[in-house]
Amino acid sequence: MSREVYMDNAATTQIKSEVIDVMVPCLKEEYGNPSSIYKIGRNSKRLLEESREKVARAIGALPKEIYFTSGGSESDNWAIKGIAEAHKNKGNHIITTKMEHHAVLHPCEYLEKNGFEVTYLDVDEYGVVKLDQLKEAIKKETILVTIIFANNEVGTIQPIKEIGEITRANNVLFHTDAVQAIGNIEIDVEELNIDLLSMSAHKIYGPKGTGALFIKKGVKITPLIHGGAQEKRRRAGTENIPSIVGFAKAIEIATADIEAHSKKLIKLRDKLMNDIRDNIDYVKLNGHPEKRLPGNVNFSFEFIEGESLLLSLDMVGISASSGSACTSGSLDPSHVLLCMGLPHEIAHGSLRLSLGDFNTEEEIDYVVKSLVPIVDRLREMSPLYEKTGGDK
Amino acid sequence: MYSEKVMEHFTNPKNVGEIENADGIGEVGNAKCGDIMRMYLKIDDDVITDIKFKTFGCGSAIASSSMATEMIKGKTIQEALALTNVAVVEALDGLPPVKVHCSVLAEQAVKAALVDYAKKNNRVIPGLENFKPSDDDELHEHIDEDEE
Repeated sequence: MSREVYMDNAATTQIKSEVIDVMVPCLKEEYGNPSSIYKIGRNSKRLLEESREKVARAIGALPKEIYFTSGGSESDNWAIKGIAEAHKNKGNHIITTKMEHHAVLHPCEYLEKNGFEVTYLDVDEYGVVKLDQLKEAIKKETILVTIIFANNEVGTIQPIKEIGEITRANNVLFHTDAVQAIGNIEIDVEELNIDLLSMSAHKIYGPKGTGALFIKKGVKITPLIHGGAQEKRRRAGTENIPSIVGFAKAIEIATADIEAHSKKLIKLRDKLMNDIRDNIDYVKLNGHPEKRLPGNVNFSFEFIEGESLLLSLDMVGISASSGSACTSGSLDPSHVLLCMGLPHEIAHGSLRLSLGDFNTEEEIDYVVKSLVPIVDRLREMSPLYEKTGGDK
Repeated sequence: MYSEKVMEHFTNPKNVGEIENADGIGEVGNAKCGDIMRMYLKIDDDVITDIKFKTFGCGSAIASSSMATEMIKGKTIQEALALTNVAVVEALDGLPPVKVHCSVLAEQAVKAALVDYAKKNNRVIPGLENFKPSDDDELHEHIDEDEE
């Protein structure tokens, strides 16, 4: 294998050395339990609270509104189940969309089996939620609207500000999964009328297994994990100090200059999109052409299947992902692609290349150069391709 | 996740292509499910003298097509009929459970091509009188795996 090109930054990212540097002392010297009263315990407590301040600052929140969790999935589960449980006397209706991450969809399906009603909003062909449909769906029993900030597969960014205005005007709580958005889009929870927001460390060059849930002050929520008095009795368990400190460092770096960061990524992304379109026929861009994450490229390559594309890319050292059924282990291709109206066969041929801070223009050239013969080879093998005349 | 044998047949599949004026052509699967296999047979004196395939599908679908064609090339019709998906899986040193349906498709593509040959030649091939490829939906195992 000649080289390694990692273009699956939406799946996870490589941890930055600055992040590792602040984590190591927490693993070595500062091993105290933040709940202990002696010195090393107090040191850990101080690190914990400093981290909380950094995370809060990154999204325009107060430190006391930040609750550390084990990551995006826990934060989503807690927000949805915790709000449902705490507000069930007010109503039993939740609104979400068809293109959420499974960490939102599955808790919603779980609640449906337990007496709640869930409305799944449609999205348009670009994956954008329909605001009129949201307005119509809100009723007096509605307690929560949960809509992903930016989609992990196709990168579509939702009109979060408008959604927040609608939920605020209707006195309904608004949760958003911002796991992919943090560091890529400026977020101010106050300005966007967000009541709950999920974050994850490992998508922003931090450690895995750590994240946070922002819960606006005054919002009632039932704990997901009961036990000790940590996190103001709302999330039990001894705090994962090394990872929390790493997360705080990662989010500090990620939000220091979002504009410069996204400008750089958009330049790379647009080059990748243009080069693919210029060199390969029968490709379709999935997601919104402009309202998309700076690092997200998602194309469907007609007549071929995504897994064989991924295997072929892997053989030349390129890591990417696909919405094909064969890569998910289930019968259907990605629910995200299907709810945007993509036919199954086009969804099967999807390829996501997600760029991050470590990618270079030269890597993009390598990916496009590698992709052309791979797509050709698989199309030559495909009985679907000849129906086009096999010609470009 | 795949054996070396699968990767070998995926990387360098044998017998890819079409046969002009093939004696039998069989196509199974559908694009909705993400796999289609088409097999072309050349038959002389009940012997499969040439076989080619075209496949739209994942790595194991391509490898299964390649292996199945290798296994029946040069064989008689009767010998080819004895080809089972299990034999294809074994020859590939195994397939992940969710991918076993790919080997079933390969077996069925061969049979569908033989049925086409029989029809064109007004023959009846014992064992294939009532052959009907199973619905691709039934072939898939519904196992949810985790994602990011």
